[in-house]
Amino acid sequence: MSGSQTAMTEVRPSPPQPQEPAVPALPRLLAGIPPHGAMSLDEHLALHGAVPGARAGRRRQTREHAAMLIDEIERSGLLGRGGASFPTATKMRAVAGARGRAIVIANGAEGEPASLKDRTLLETLPHLVLDGGIVAAEAVGADELIVCACESAGASVESMERAIAERGRGIAGSEHTPNVHLRTVPSHYVAGQESALVNYLGGGPAKPTFTPPMPFEQGLRRRPTLINNVETLAHIALIARHGASWFRQLGTATQPGSTLVTLSGPVAHPGVYEIEHGASLSSLIEASGGTTARVRGVLLGGYAGAWVGGERLHGVALSKEHLAPHGATLGAGVVLLLSEQACPVAETARVARWMAGQSARQCGPCIHGLDSLADTIEEIAAGTAQPKAVQRVERLASLTARRGACAHPDGAVNLILSALEAFEGEFADHARHGPCDGCTRPPELPLPARPLSEESARKAAPRR
Amino acid sequence: MSHRVRVNPITCEAHGMCAELLPERITLDEWGYPLLDETPLHGSQVEHAIRAARACPTFALLVQRDRSARGGRVRARQG
Amino acid sequence: MSVQLASAGPSLYWYLTRSTGAVALLLLSFAIVLGVLDVQRWSTPRWPRFVVDSLHRNVSLLAMAFLVAHILTSVLDSFAPIGLIDAVIPFVGSYRPFWLGLGAVSFDLILAVILTSLLRQRMGFATWRAIHWLTYASWPIALLHGLGTGSDVKSSWLLLLSIACAVIVAASVLARVISGWPANLGLRGAALGGTGVFSLFLLLWLPHGPLGSEWPRRSGTPSALLPHHSSSSPSK
Repeated sequence: MSGSQTAMTEVRPSPPQPQEPAVPALPRLLAGIPPHGAMSLDEHLALHGAVPGARAGRRRQTREHAAMLIDEIERSGLLGRGGASFPTATKMRAVAGARGRAIVIANGAEGEPASLKDRTLLETLPHLVLDGGIVAAEAVGADELIVCACESAGASVESMERAIAERGRGIAGSEHTPNVHLRTVPSHYVAGQESALVNYLGGGPAKPTFTPPMPFEQGLRRRPTLINNVETLAHIALIARHGASWFRQLGTATQPGSTLVTLSGPVAHPGVYEIEHGASLSSLIEASGGTTARVRGVLLGGYAGAWVGGERLHGVALSKEHLAPHGATLGAGVVLLLSEQACPVAETARVARWMAGQSARQCGPCIHGLDSLADTIEEIAAGTAQPKAVQRVERLASLTARRGACAHPDGAVNLILSALEAFEGEFADHARHGPCDGCTRPPELPLPARPLSEESARKAAPRR
Repeated sequence: MSHRVRVNPITCEAHGMCAELLPERITLDEWGYPLLDETPLHGSQVEHAIRAARACPTFALLVQRDRSARGGRVRARQG
Repeated sequence: MSVQLASAGPSLYWYLTRSTGAVALLLLSFAIVLGVLDVQRWSTPRWPRFVVDSLHRNVSLLAMAFLVAHILTSVLDSFAPIGLIDAVIPFVGSYRPFWLGLGAVSFDLILAVILTSLLRQRMGFATWRAIHWLTYASWPIALLHGLGTGSDVKSSWLLLLSIACAVIVAASVLARVISGWPANLGLRGAALGGTGVFSLFLLLWLPHGPLGSEWPRRSGTPSALLPHHSSSSPSK
């Protein structure tokens, strides 16, 4: 968040105070974000400077340089920003060590309806993503970088195409600059899943495949494939310039650095924000201009994430260790507030049905489980459920989770079970008495029929 | 070196032969899909598991051998 | 029963080739019935799925064994000039070339099905299944081969056997096509149509073909092997 240093320092872990006058620590990724259009290559270089790196040179130098890059990323403690929070350096080492020439995929598919950060990055700061992708390619010895954007995010696609054209053969002039191109992918929820992405880029459907082999061993065209979320790559672009210690100046020990979140719901300025890990939810809401209605609960992580409701809302801080006791994670940086007038049961029923519809329909337990779960939640919402409907939901959940080829059923189950816990009273109420007043209100949670406004994403971006 | 059963949920079409041939490790859920106990197999169970894997019409059942000494290079063996 | 030759009586091989042929047809028919039961997931407590599946595989292999015996004995028999090549290359023989050739076609198809099934781990499921469906083509061809080549066709036992096999195979195909209707309508429609056309063809052809007069001559038996009494019709 920009501006208010005081708001940020409340929950910041205490590093030694720097001797120099304080420089604004945030924004980092979103620094200099233009109010319209994209940051051009010139503006990008003027702001961030060039990536220090291997010039055209001997192969051994390049390999040493690549190893150094991965070490630096490991020291930074960077975790993936696509939702799984997997240690980025570990993934890069695995790809670098696998047999065959690597490929890097910049994953901007963003099938999560409540997330806008990836398309915002692609649209407004494409060169940051490209830098990160090129650095990652150097680190793992890849000769190809494929940037993936959602086919429905027209502005992002155009912007990235222009940025790639601006680069020509790469700015460093290094003969090892990878071949960069852009591919669009369908907007389905599971299309951005790693094996689904590899499947689609390889000419198949955008559906997950059975692993092993994992993409880092044998991915696109059977080559080791590094798949990084575009935000992860943006962080890499800055770590390559400023180093691991700089990166760790923000955030917590286990989750260092800053991160992008998409804040939506009843706030004055919903949109994409950059926060440091550990920042409190209230400081984020404050930076967005405060709430426009009383809040009943917050959905963290996206539609595979978890609800935190009621009184527990007030203590919520946005980092792994703070959220773990609530059974939640930041996931892909989704922070979705639900107003008090909305009905969490009706909203959960809608999302559960949507998630069932987003199944790739390849695995029996996912197909049957998610459909049955959606049926049961809808029955509870309508008050037509059999007695012990909640127990049925729990039984179905255990039959559905971890029995598919990907984590989609796990995510939907996670969401449903957390809703049952966070809104226990409301679910019991509906089971006994049927729909409430909130059920008739227009739905609040965004599902693709009503996409989040991309205008609001840019409007809310922090000002310098 | 231990063996475990695993199922490829994409190719599995709920024929259910695996549960008939290895009831010690496989039961079927209410939709006919296998619920696997992935604890290691002992002795003659391995043969039965391999037979079950061979019987699967879609080769969805796998008998995997862990090279636990090396910590994780798992090979899948289809019956 | 069989055509009486001036020179010699029918050899053991001649009997064997006809009997193994008939058994092969019977086993192939059962293999199809079991195959349909298998894919339809039919089972009872006493007939679990793995039993139906194993039975299907084993009956098919047994059918293959009888088929091989049928081919070898027909080659070894000295009555009709049939060589080993005629078993795999259709229509090149001199004894009832077309009807014998159908046997070779059917055998080739069945061979492809059996080989791909033994090696199915090495190919994709869709490929394996597409080839496996050739069974549905191999069966009617085998039946026509039996009716066209066999000299027992007018005997009641073979006719009854053929008709019984045709009925159970047709019933299996119907069961397969009807369940799951109307998915894959094109394929299912073609299967129904093919079954109907073939059944109609049989009904119309049998009386004028193998059950009609002078079939051995019309079907291409070398004249040296034909009976010399032009007025005699093959006995029932």
